[in-house]
Amino acid sequence: MPPNNAIAVEFRDVTYSLNRRPLVSNLNFTIGPGETVVLLGRSGSGKTTTMKLINSLLTPTTGEVRVEGMSTVEWNPIKLRRQIGYVIQETGLFPHFTVERNVGLVPSLEGWNSDRIRQRVFELLHLVGLDPQVFARRYPHELSGGQRQRIGVARSLAADPPILLMDEPFGALDPITRLELQGEFRRLQQDLGKTVVFVTHDIQEAFVLGSRIGLMQEGRLLLLGTKEEFLRSQLPEAQAFMQCLNRV
Amino acid sequence: MSDFFLFKYGWEILSHTGEHLFLVGISIGIATLVGIPLGILITRQPKFSQPILGIANIMQTIPSLALFGFLISVPPPIGGIGDTPAIVALTLYSLLPIIRNTYVGINGVDPAIREVGRGMGMTDRQLLFQVEIPLAIGVILAGVRVATVIAIGVATIAAAIGAGGLGVFVFRGIAVVNNQLILAGAVPAAVMAVLADFAIGWLEYLLTPTGTRKKEK
Repeated sequence: MPPNNAIAVEFRDVTYSLNRRPLVSNLNFTIGPGETVVLLGRSGSGKTTTMKLINSLLTPTTGEVRVEGMSTVEWNPIKLRRQIGYVIQETGLFPHFTVERNVGLVPSLEGWNSDRIRQRVFELLHLVGLDPQVFARRYPHELSGGQRQRIGVARSLAADPPILLMDEPFGALDPITRLELQGEFRRLQQDLGKTVVFVTHDIQEAFVLGSRIGLMQEGRLLLLGTKEEFLRSQLPEAQAFMQCLNRV
Repeated sequence: MSDFFLFKYGWEILSHTGEHLFLVGISIGIATLVGIPLGILITRQPKFSQPILGIANIMQTIPSLALFGFLISVPPPIGGIGDTPAIVALTLYSLLPIIRNTYVGINGVDPAIREVGRGMGMTDRQLLFQVEIPLAIGVILAGVRVATVIAIGVATIAAAIGAGGLGVFVFRGIAVVNNQLILAGAVPAAVMAVLADFAIGWLEYLLTPTGTRKKEK
């Protein structure tokens, strides 16, 4: 099957149920290459489940998820996941690995030689604004929350995957650091042009980062559109989120 | 003074300590080689966890004297008298703490860590050897440590089925009502247990990956 380059990720009628209870139902949408789609919703709305369907950590009960033109069940899951960067909140770094080994994880799984890994790690640490001389040998517990999150982003970029999945990566940070990292993420995104799926429950973050915003509620995608479309929406859930925008 | 057990039985103590170490060393070696893989297996195949932990549990509830006695009636190579049945019994006793700690240690690894490893494309094997075992090694070795200390104690009973060891003094001492003889068996066994506990504790510390070591110590 030839890879279809106009669509990076496609959901076709996807439902995922656990113990006969659907966690997400009837998802239908496509994500283009280079796009940043932010999935916005309350806790338990199915955002993370949707994300895990993309890298095959979960398999659709019905329907199919296609990544680069191929259904996730046809992909070799290991190969698929190495094409997709994955960042999660806080705990994602391996506590027993140094920063260098954490960032170099996927390249080392891919069998790169150690010089090339080291070079790539240093490059990435520069990219996320951390001095490799200072940080490469440290362990995650010796870093601040913001630094850890930068390392998490660097690690996800290591093998230069075309797609990035980010599950509330900035959720546990203080508001100032979060703002800083959001800014850097935007800059990075402009430079690298990755396809990004970003999960958050913070509408401001969604507006700042997303080229499109997908609003989820109880396992359904209510709306997928630009910020402007979102602002015009009359949906109660969208209205509820807009209530959270700067109310000072 | 020449009545003091250490002087009176010096050389004999040394040779029985050697026998004792041999019995415990072989048993713990086998129990570790069997127990750790079994513990890992039941984290992968949870349906086996109840039966395997159950059997190991029952083994440990059998009074040790009864288990040694029972093995006498079992035909060789497993049963009979001498070193082999003693090693069989000690191995069976040592399995539970090792299997259980391996199981608990690996299952205790933060699920988020495991998921992120899988999400980045680690195979089950890579996840096991690079993440789960290193993060669980402290707990796993704590199991080996407990098993060793128990085995050193239980091994004194192995003398009852002719396997030698420090228990020889104890049984002889009981038979002739001589406390010095009992001490000649009990004290070296206790010292051995303390030393083994310390040594494995040290190994535990050495093998715990730097990033997860506790600050104190």
